Amino acid sequence: MSFASLFPASLEINNLSKSFGARRAVDGVRFSVGTGEFVALLGPNGAGKSTLFQMLSGLFSADAGYANIAGIDIGTAPILALAKLAIVFQQPALDLDLSVAANMQFQTDLHGIPRPQAQVRIAHWLARFGLTDRTNDACRLLSGGTRRKVELARALLSAPELLLMDEATVGIDPASRASILADVKALCHERGMGVLWATHLVDEAENADRIVVMVAGKVRFDGSPQELLKTGKHANLTAAFLELTRTAGEKA
Amino acid sequence: MKLMHARLALAAIAGREVHKFLRQPGRLASSLVRPLLWLVVFSAGFRQVADLGGVIPFDPALDYRLYMAPGLALMVCLFNGMQSSLAMVYDREMGVMRLLLTAPLPRSYLLACKLAGGAFLSVLQALVFLILVVLWGIGLSPLQVLLGLPVLVLSALMLSAFGLVLSVYIKQVENFAGTMNFVIFPMFFLSSALYPIQRMLDAGAHWIYWLAAFNPFTHAVEALRYAMYGEIAGRSLAVVLVSTLLFYLVAAAGYDPQRGLSKTARPG
Repeated sequence: MSFASLFPASLEINNLSKSFGARRAVDGVRFSVGTGEFVALLGPNGAGKSTLFQMLSGLFSADAGYANIAGIDIGTAPILALAKLAIVFQQPALDLDLSVAANMQFQTDLHGIPRPQAQVRIAHWLARFGLTDRTNDACRLLSGGTRRKVELARALLSAPELLLMDEATVGIDPASRASILADVKALCHERGMGVLWATHLVDEAENADRIVVMVAGKVRFDGSPQELLKTGKHANLTAAFLELTRTAGEKA
Repeated sequence: MKLMHARLALAAIAGREVHKFLRQPGRLASSLVRPLLWLVVFSAGFRQVADLGGVIPFDPALDYRLYMAPGLALMVCLFNGMQSSLAMVYDREMGVMRLLLTAPLPRSYLLACKLAGGAFLSVLQALVFLILVVLWGIGLSPLQVLLGLPVLVLSALMLSAFGLVLSVYIKQVENFAGTMNFVIFPMFFLSSALYPIQRMLDAGAHWIYWLAAFNPFTHAVEALRYAMYGEIAGRSLAVVLVSTLLFYLVAAAGYDPQRGLSKTARPG
């Protein structure tokens, strides 16, 4: 047994592909997210990020390739892989009629966490995100940013080894966006949890450990923010990203 | 899957269905108004023209409203099955379905939990309806309700499983009205809920008779009617059992990422 296999990456994607009819939404994607690493998956709308996330979360099956979550193939052992994974979807997924606590308990029950232990974890994460006073409020009463925080807190209840954030800051104000980004980055390093943060906003990727740029279903760049800047004589990441998107678009 | 995990998931999924039901007291009232209208208003005139001669195990000398009772109890289950289906479509639109489908549990078990929650609510509402019929004093006894309970549970499972199948194919909540017209009403009227399907043959409506004869709802009604008179309708019970399994398997295939949703979901 190799040293690497003892500590598998939080996520390892190899040659993953998915087509819808004649259109290849995800085309031979290959990259990884290390333990405790924050990776930004940057791409314009329609780049295939959401399709990739849906394959990683077992909602779609891949046409080819594989994805290992903490060393477990989501295609062949989805239940074991899903136990290691947490997702905050682009589209909010809270039951608005239920309270914050009830939404969180729904998650702990689905993950088979015993109720006494679940109560401790729920209290911990609500306190961590400053939501203790909203515990019994119906989610319908919460602002967009607070709902996102509840979703993030809920995702962390199962102590995941990989957190997928699928454009989770869309539609919320800049202050809430910055707060959620800072929280996730801190948690990533504190807990040794891999994070894959999908976004089309370059500023959210600026402080990532690595940036993976996806355009038209393919990975066009995989490296640090500094390396992305060096791909041309760009003053900032936005310029580098736009250039990469443009040239990739021409090739496609 | 550990037993405790299975139990917690069942409590979460089925419990959520029950919780939502309890938060909407109007839902119970509306589920009862429909069959009671049939029982009180429709039967007021129709019992004079309904010919129940030769219907086993029913005694034609009895009140026509007693003939209707099993079919109307199952009408409650049919509508609740559709309500559960609608709730699943709504959950899909609201994103809650994704949360469910990404839980570390077999899809088939998640659907079974949904099925259990839906069937439980169906039985609960149908029992309230039957108790009201007992209290009305038209001749239905509490013992008959008790005798019919196992078949009621099985039929509720079948109709909830049918609702699961529909939830795979109904893409938007707005399409639900069409489901009422194309699925629920034909299923109810093409059955022996209101009068014996033999009368369709007598009237020369052969193809309608055959549609009714193959309709699983007809067999659920017959199985329940027989059970309430202490008899077992073996063939009808078998049809209900096989239909339940079949609907459940079709729904499970529909929610399988390799076959169902992957073909129909929107790429992004």
